[in-house]
Amino acid sequence: MDTTYFRGSAVKRYFRETGEVWLFARRFFREAVRRPFEWKELLNQCFIVGNQSLFLVAMTGLIMGLVLTLQTRPTMEDFGAEAYMPAMVGVSIIREIGPVIIALICAGKIGSSIGAELGSMKVTEQIAAMEVSGTNPFKYLVVTRILATTLMVPLLVIFGDTIALFGSFLVEHAKGEVSFRLFFNKVFHQLSFGDLIPATAKTFFFGFAIGLIGCYKGYTSKKGTAGVGRAANTAVVVASMLLFVLDFIAVLVADIFFDL
Amino acid sequence: MEPLIHIENLHKSFGDLNVLNGFSLDLFGEENLVIVGRSGSGKSVLLKCIVRLLIPDSGVLEVLGEPVPELNQYEMDQLRTEVGFLFQGSALYDSMTVRENLEFPLRRHPEKMKGHDVETLIVNTLKSVGLAHTLEMMPEELSGGMQRRIALARTLILRPRVILYDEPTSGLDPITAKEIIELMLQIQKEYHTASLIITHDMDCARVISNRMIILIDGTNYAQGTYAELSKSTDPRVQAFFK
Repeated sequence: MDTTYFRGSAVKRYFRETGEVWLFARRFFREAVRRPFEWKELLNQCFIVGNQSLFLVAMTGLIMGLVLTLQTRPTMEDFGAEAYMPAMVGVSIIREIGPVIIALICAGKIGSSIGAELGSMKVTEQIAAMEVSGTNPFKYLVVTRILATTLMVPLLVIFGDTIALFGSFLVEHAKGEVSFRLFFNKVFHQLSFGDLIPATAKTFFFGFAIGLIGCYKGYTSKKGTAGVGRAANTAVVVASMLLFVLDFIAVLVADIFFDL
Repeated sequence: MEPLIHIENLHKSFGDLNVLNGFSLDLFGEENLVIVGRSGSGKSVLLKCIVRLLIPDSGVLEVLGEPVPELNQYEMDQLRTEVGFLFQGSALYDSMTVRENLEFPLRRHPEKMKGHDVETLIVNTLKSVGLAHTLEMMPEELSGGMQRRIALARTLILRPRVILYDEPTSGLDPITAKEIIELMLQIQKEYHTASLIITHDMDCARVISNRMIILIDGTNYAQGTYAELSKSTDPRVQAFFK
């Protein structure tokens, strides 16, 4: 079977869509600085994005901390290095595992929700109705959502990291009788600005990517209700893949500036 | 008398499919012009070109004297406040209450309030469509006919000079459809608007139209009053009246 056509069209589609996402992002930056600003809707979206994911992020963080500590502790004990447990767990959660896992959870929860919501507004002509009433749906729907995810994902990551460290403390306290104060002293003693700044900075990019892809997929969805499902689904898949790419770039950049 | 909408030799195609093929019309003040045509004949495409949801390929398209395809975004947004659009599926914002649906365009065009406060305008407009009691309801709590009325109220709140109706009675039972037609006539008297209505519903066309255009093959195949067209001997025109 000759697959040249399919390969050709898939590659073409990939480059076309990449170009479209780029134009969509450019439009976001242009509209974001232009008056009037939709402050009320921005606050509403921040509340929705934060509130919607709070429980999920808390549960993920807690289990992440518990499991990481439970899995690692026996090996550390074999080497007589259990005293380094808080430091090791702290560095791995704050630097890498916390931001990536929680951003992936947000991509699943928030990205799909934005994709489905905007997709359904598109197919029921609600976006067109905003446009014909002389208002700017892009500013109201897209700019506010991307800004909300850009601002809220870092806060959710910080919240998730804190819960994860608490989960780790619970195991350490149960197994090694480590006090709360000693545990967190050891965690923060090991952390430097080179750990905290790049880890926090990259979460803004993660949030931006989740909002951008969710909005792009929803706002440009086609082909009726099936298109809405596809928008929600591909928003999660593409955003998740983009998170790994961004994480790789962030680690490379941090390595240059902070000498990891 | 200057037409509110002037269209001349309009062409619009999608790939190889020519949807509008030299269509022309003039809509004058306080007139009800009905366009009938088969499904897929380009009626909705025509309305979408008028509000620039679609860009025509060629031809003259002027609304209130402004050349629609050539306007910048700000000018187009201003023009859109003068041209109301009633969508076939109502297109109410389903995450907002009725009040918020009406408030949404008004807050973004405060110049349209002309000294009135938002609350008064919303309540008065809802009274015009007979649904003042639905203020705090969500669209999902309303019947199809009520949703159509609220969508009409949302269109009216900016006090447009022209209203474009996309199949205003489709999907409604005959009694509700009749109520919507009566409401359209009442609104025209109250707000002195001109209406461009596309429909399949010949009862609606008979009651509401001052003039009709039959859209076939992307052109105005025939035009005249309902009475004139119903007496036409052309079988393609007659097909609509049988």
